Amino acid sequence: MTSTIIFWLIAIIIMGSALMVVLLRNIVHSALFMVVTFVGVSGLYVMLQADFLAAVQLLVYAGAIAILLVFGVMLTVRGDIKYSNLFNRHKLTAAVVSLGLFLLIEKIILSSDLIISNKPALESTVGPIADAMLTDYVIPFEAAAVLLLVAMVGAILLARGEGKPQ
Amino acid sequence: MFWIDNAWLIPIFPAIAFVLIVFVTKKVKMLSALTALAAMATSLIFSIGVLFTILGSHGEINMNVPIEYSVPWLTIPGVHITAGVLIDPLTAVMLCVVTIVAFLVQLYSVGYMADDPGFSRFFAYLSLFTFSMLGLVVANNYFQMFFFWELVGLCSYLLIGFYFYKNSAADANKKAFVTNRVADFGFMIGIFFLWLVFGTFNFQELAHAIEGYGNVGFLTLVAILVFTGPVGKSAQFPLHVWLPDAMEGPTPVSALIHAATMVAAGVYLLARGFVLFHAAPSALLLIAYIGGFTSIFAASIAIVQDDIKRILAFSTLSQLGYMVMAMGVGSITAGMFHLTTHAFFKALLFLGAGSAIHAVHSNSIFDMGGLYKNMKTTTWTFVIGSLALAGIFPLAGFWSKDEILLVTKDGGFTGLYIIGSIVAFLTAFYMFRLIFTAFFGEKLSDHHAHESPWTMTVPLMILAVFAIFIGFVGAPFVEHGFASLIYFEEPHHATPDYFLMISSTLIALAGIVLAWYMYGKKAVDTEALKQRFLPIWTLLYNKYYIDEVYQWFFDKIVLNIGNAFNWSDRKVVDGIADGFSDLIRATGARLRFVQTGSMQTYALVLFAAVVLIVLWMAVPVLGGM
Amino acid sequence: MITLYHYLILGGFLFCIGLYGALAKRSAVAVLMGIELMLNAVNINLLAFNRFLNPGEVSGHVFAIFVIVVAAAEVAVGLALIINIYRDRMTTQLDDFDWLKW
Repeated sequence: MTSTIIFWLIAIIIMGSALMVVLLRNIVHSALFMVVTFVGVSGLYVMLQADFLAAVQLLVYAGAIAILLVFGVMLTVRGDIKYSNLFNRHKLTAAVVSLGLFLLIEKIILSSDLIISNKPALESTVGPIADAMLTDYVIPFEAAAVLLLVAMVGAILLARGEGKPQ
Repeated sequence: MFWIDNAWLIPIFPAIAFVLIVFVTKKVKMLSALTALAAMATSLIFSIGVLFTILGSHGEINMNVPIEYSVPWLTIPGVHITAGVLIDPLTAVMLCVVTIVAFLVQLYSVGYMADDPGFSRFFAYLSLFTFSMLGLVVANNYFQMFFFWELVGLCSYLLIGFYFYKNSAADANKKAFVTNRVADFGFMIGIFFLWLVFGTFNFQELAHAIEGYGNVGFLTLVAILVFTGPVGKSAQFPLHVWLPDAMEGPTPVSALIHAATMVAAGVYLLARGFVLFHAAPSALLLIAYIGGFTSIFAASIAIVQDDIKRILAFSTLSQLGYMVMAMGVGSITAGMFHLTTHAFFKALLFLGAGSAIHAVHSNSIFDMGGLYKNMKTTTWTFVIGSLALAGIFPLAGFWSKDEILLVTKDGGFTGLYIIGSIVAFLTAFYMFRLIFTAFFGEKLSDHHAHESPWTMTVPLMILAVFAIFIGFVGAPFVEHGFASLIYFEEPHHATPDYFLMISSTLIALAGIVLAWYMYGKKAVDTEALKQRFLPIWTLLYNKYYIDEVYQWFFDKIVLNIGNAFNWSDRKVVDGIADGFSDLIRATGARLRFVQTGSMQTYALVLFAAVVLIVLWMAVPVLGGM
Repeated sequence: MITLYHYLILGGFLFCIGLYGALAKRSAVAVLMGIELMLNAVNINLLAFNRFLNPGEVSGHVFAIFVIVVAAAEVAVGLALIINIYRDRMTTQLDDFDWLKW
């Protein structure tokens, strides 16, 4: 019972703030609502018994990516902030397409026959994740590390620009 | 059998001469002439050889048992065309006629064309022509004959327009070619019908096939179609209009092509393919009447013309009408006999006319006069030729013309017999009108007439000998004469009809006497006579205005049809073609704006497509909501 | 009772909102935000499946971690690109970046 109420609460928060992210005209407001969305999602993860992921979500998304986005906004905004996040000419068409996609997805989901398992969820996922990472998934793990390195170097290079005197 | 085995070479010698003249000897006039003459002489020797072989075979090789050689020429599934040689008495006689006349004409041209800058070109064309003509004569199938038929037409075009810088010559050769083309179209359709039904072009095979074929209506249609070829080539009414204009060419050309050989090709075709015509009696009747009509039509025009070559041209038309008429009443013997004699004396007359024109530098007989004083050989050979043409005993024309009148009379064609007799009268009349005006009487113009060089007079004399004696091969008294050589199905020996012989001679003499009375003695005021009958005279002088009628037809009808098609082609056909390309271009011009350059557009389309495709694929799977 | 389907539909909804943002916004940074929403939706899906279909395993969690890693890298590089372009063209409005065409 409680979980139902909490779920719906969190769901409303997520959906609402996501809509705000997309619909608002002020890009800073959008970024802020984005943070709210991330936090909401993190709460959802907790409900899904994904404790480690919830922490990671808060740390990485709300803590880093959202900040990055704000930095990006700060460095590239031009003109009036109030009107910095307008719609382009596909406003309506994209709405139609998105709605269509949503209906399609929902229809497919509802008509599929998923076998729900009865097993209890894991108490703490950190251990099993660590185990999995370093045994079954060690290669993607290493690759992800390399990816992060490359991304960091690339971002630095790109953001630094060219033609700077050495 | 050496001559017959190698008879296929006969057309090849002049072809070699043509190639040599065009590529090698063009700059050296005498060498060109010698090449052409040498080739012609060789062909002549071979032709005589063929003739003597046939004569010596004592009837072994005859009209019903010819010798044939052929090689496959074009073989596609369903079409099998051969190139070959068919030797029988008809071929042999025609070969000799063509080669003799061609040789003499070429000899004559050495003198006649001596001052012309296109001397080598002339001999090249003449060689090409003899190649085509001989190829036509020896052909063993309709396809080959048609091929050479067209080639002969081309040579005629080239030679009529020899003086291409003259507008009149250019117009004349176009007229000749177009008229012949119209005729050849019918000819071609006829040949294709034959092939369609009988599956072959070969004369021998067709003869066998046609004999057993029942559908006379079809055969009549095909016969008439095939006959349109001779109507054009032998200048019968209504496609006769090109022959008088063809006189624009040099006189040796007129002698060779438009008197002796090419125009005779139509008659030759009738003889060669006679099986077809024989099987369609209505067609034969039509042929006979067209021939008869042409002969009197042309003769009536000839009596008022003043251009010496035109008079001879209409005379040729008239005589060709005789030959066609003879074929039409069923006697290829008479037709071919007249073709043979006519070739010699008409060539003689043309060459003589050339001599006269050469002397006075004018074509009009009223500019000449008293030529005999300075040009004895020309005059006397011309007179001999005219007597032969008029049909005076015992010259060649007498025997051949009588043969024709005999077959019309015996065949029951009284109307044609009367027409033939009238034409004989008119022929004599206009020829001697010409002679008395041009060769006798006083000198009318200030010309310095002199006799022509030996290269011109010797051929005249040789032809005169032929004109006198060649007739005897076909005289009724002769046992193994022409009639036993060339015939259809069976040799036909006519009994001498003395009434006919005497009456025709009298008719001809009457014509000569009238001409002498009017033009020799000048007892009648021709000018007043002309004024009195001016409408008739104008009609005849203007050739019954046929040319004007045709011109009107072309201007009003053909040209307008052509314009309509032109409009349709430009607006409709091109419109559709251009329309397609314009449509595609316009579509492309509109479509390119789909590439907006904006990634979001592309992504939008992508997702929309995903939704649609998934919907389409999943619809059978998904049930309700 | 909250079933799997609730989570899945929530995830789908979030995805479509993110898609709308990615397609219909002019600012490049806003598009990036939309993409982040989409990635979050994916993560919700993964974790939901893991929880309801296969609770004893952590493969869904691991997958989600990798998604987060990639998303982070992508945002970093993406923003660097945007800054670079901004330096050159003085604009980040995607309407102006239209050279991928005729």
